[in-house]
Amino acid sequence: MEPVLVTMDEETELSFTIAQMVQRLKGTHLHSQLERQAKDCLHRPDIKLESLKDDVRNFLKVSGWERKLQNAVYRELHIRPPPGSPAAPPQHTKEPLQYMRNAQASWEKRILKSLNSMCTELGVPLARKRPLPEQRELSNKWNEMGTDEPDLSKFRPVYAPKDFLEVLVSLRNPNLDCSEELSSLSHWGLIKVPLHVRDIPQVREACPELTLTSGQLGIDDHPHVPSDLFESEHVRLGRRVLGEQDSAAAQQYSRQGCPTGLRAQLWALILNSTNDPEDIMHYEQLKAGVIQHDLVVDNLIYKDVKLTASNDDYYFVFEDFLYQVLLCFSRDTTVLEHFNYNSATPPKSYIQGKAEQDEYAVIYPPNGVIPFHGFSMYVAPLCFLYNEPCRLYGVFREMYVRYFFRLHSISSHPSGIVSLCLQFERLLQSHLPQLFYHLREIGAQPLSIAFKWMVRAFSGYLSTDQLLLLWDRILGYDSLEIVAVLAAAVFAFRAENLMEVTSLASAEAVLADLSTLKVMPLIQIFVFATMI
Amino acid sequence: MSNGPVDYVAKTPVCLQIGDAATNSLRPGVCVTDIVFPNGKPIKIQKISFKNYYTAFLSLRLLRSEEEGQDGAKWVTCLRNFPLMANPHDEAGSQDYFSVSRQQGAAMTAVPREWCVGTGACLRYLMCQATTAPMLVEPDDVTSVRLILRQPSSAWLNFNIEEITIYDCVNEDTERDVPAWLSSLTPADEPLHLQGLPDPETVSSSIQQMWALTEVMQSSQTTASVGRFDVDGCYDVNLLSYT
Repeated sequence: MEPVLVTMDEETELSFTIAQMVQRLKGTHLHSQLERQAKDCLHRPDIKLESLKDDVRNFLKVSGWERKLQNAVYRELHIRPPPGSPAAPPQHTKEPLQYMRNAQASWEKRILKSLNSMCTELGVPLARKRPLPEQRELSNKWNEMGTDEPDLSKFRPVYAPKDFLEVLVSLRNPNLDCSEELSSLSHWGLIKVPLHVRDIPQVREACPELTLTSGQLGIDDHPHVPSDLFESEHVRLGRRVLGEQDSAAAQQYSRQGCPTGLRAQLWALILNSTNDPEDIMHYEQLKAGVIQHDLVVDNLIYKDVKLTASNDDYYFVFEDFLYQVLLCFSRDTTVLEHFNYNSATPPKSYIQGKAEQDEYAVIYPPNGVIPFHGFSMYVAPLCFLYNEPCRLYGVFREMYVRYFFRLHSISSHPSGIVSLCLQFERLLQSHLPQLFYHLREIGAQPLSIAFKWMVRAFSGYLSTDQLLLLWDRILGYDSLEIVAVLAAAVFAFRAENLMEVTSLASAEAVLADLSTLKVMPLIQIFVFATMI
Repeated sequence: MSNGPVDYVAKTPVCLQIGDAATNSLRPGVCVTDIVFPNGKPIKIQKISFKNYYTAFLSLRLLRSEEEGQDGAKWVTCLRNFPLMANPHDEAGSQDYFSVSRQQGAAMTAVPREWCVGTGACLRYLMCQATTAPMLVEPDDVTSVRLILRQPSSAWLNFNIEEITIYDCVNEDTERDVPAWLSSLTPADEPLHLQGLPDPETVSSSIQQMWALTEVMQSSQTTASVGRFDVDGCYDVNLLSYT
């Protein structure tokens, strides 16, 4: 393999990165497994004392353990923030732009105030220890929490997507010159911050696997297309990728879609989510946390599931699973790690009212994430893939700390919700200017309709098989951009009908039902068949 | 190796404009700041680090005092139009931290391509926009630094560079002599007078073993958390804190 040239500075950065990664991987189960494997293999006859190091390394390679280590390193690279200057303080790593940090901080304060006032009104503490009889009862009912009908009428969701949209629309960069009306940045949409987003030619370059001449699941697996044209070969390749257990290869493979029968395993491989005894034990620990302590956040979760997933034709059967995953998710302190690269900060509190005393400081909820209206829809589609709560939980948590958290925090990241909204508006304005202008004139700003789709990554709006095909590409390209592209493609598809409406209500009616849409043809046509 | 930061005095930035500054309604796109060092002492710069504020391109010029025997000083270009923002109209790079450092020997090293595992994450990671830049000339005997900031986009109201820190090189030529009392080490062939004391070799080897064990213990400390969210079993929380 030919070497890549790097400069001295890059080499120092690389060594620093490697050292940090080694430190992170040292505490993991994989590390102790590797050590044990290395020790056990010493009994083998092919390990010679003279070439001990090389023989052990070779053994680890052949037995597949090196591949597992590679997958673990690959996972760390995904969640590691890009290398910045060492002078940058941690808040700069979370979010480089000052005004976005400020906006996120004031949004968070609003949420905290809302939660506090709700608790004060209802007279319930945010968290309390369950008395033993209650703990026993919950433990018995663990698999059928959906049958419970607690009185949740007084609880209300802390915020809904439309509240969040208002905040994003009011984001302003104090250093931006807004005086010129007809400047080159003349923008008809609601988002007024000039982030870098990709246009169609750049999306084409970034996603060559989606081109018209390349096979796709979601298009070329249609019953009318003979399967030996693409589908059977693609499935065979998928089985090979699973056999190799290579995360990077699985991610590349996923760009053209995952076959239904292999998707569960492929996603777990891409996310490096395992189901070892250690993971099962961790899940049981979280379950114990749910049983021992009662949180107000639990009621918010119950309410959210009852209002959204339980009312959905596709997902109501999974109600019990959703409780089992989301309640445990709230207790998982490993999620706190993602705040290193999330612009958000976990809410803090003090136990027993001992304010300002550090030894009584805790994070509330334990995972630092306050759910909003629709949060359970991030989990619901995964229920189609995994039927064991522990496995389902592991995959959901990894998807949340890699992608979903960006959909409800204010940041300048290319996959953040602000960039997605801006990209959607720019794509629409560049390629369907007449439509955009018309909708603006009738008071139906396109983002006000598309926002709710993007915040949920289309969960609950598309039919499940189409949604899973979309999420294949999110995993494959390690980016949520495709969500913005699809939103623009949906508007393009219904452009004719939309040009005839004369009010916001009728525009919303045209776009109310997306369940019959086929996502891959829409995306392909919008990206590769649009005249530029 | 670099010393701590060096004191400097930054003069008021001068904006370059065509025509009369008072009547010109266009904002300037070029800004020049001079930095001088107190006492007029020339500095050997190791690194200059700073925080960007909406500057698109940076050029650095250094005023170097000439070698002995020649009068006057000469301006040389140390960095030419280094891009701080990938696109002057977008936010990317607008508030990032950067550093410019002295070149270190032959600047290229080979990294085996196997290290570049997989597709997206690693390669993108390595090819991220550079936040460090090497200097084109050796910044020795510098008496003044001139920063030329360019921002061609009309989108921004202001642009400049903040938190400028200059590090100089540590002096390598003052090597202290070993004090005389250190140099008289015990010669190895002198017999040691042991009376009932254990053999120093075995003592030292067992101490070495114990040290090795403590090193192993220290190095295998993990950052993995236990996962407890309560404090001694208690998690009674009433209200969230705003601070």
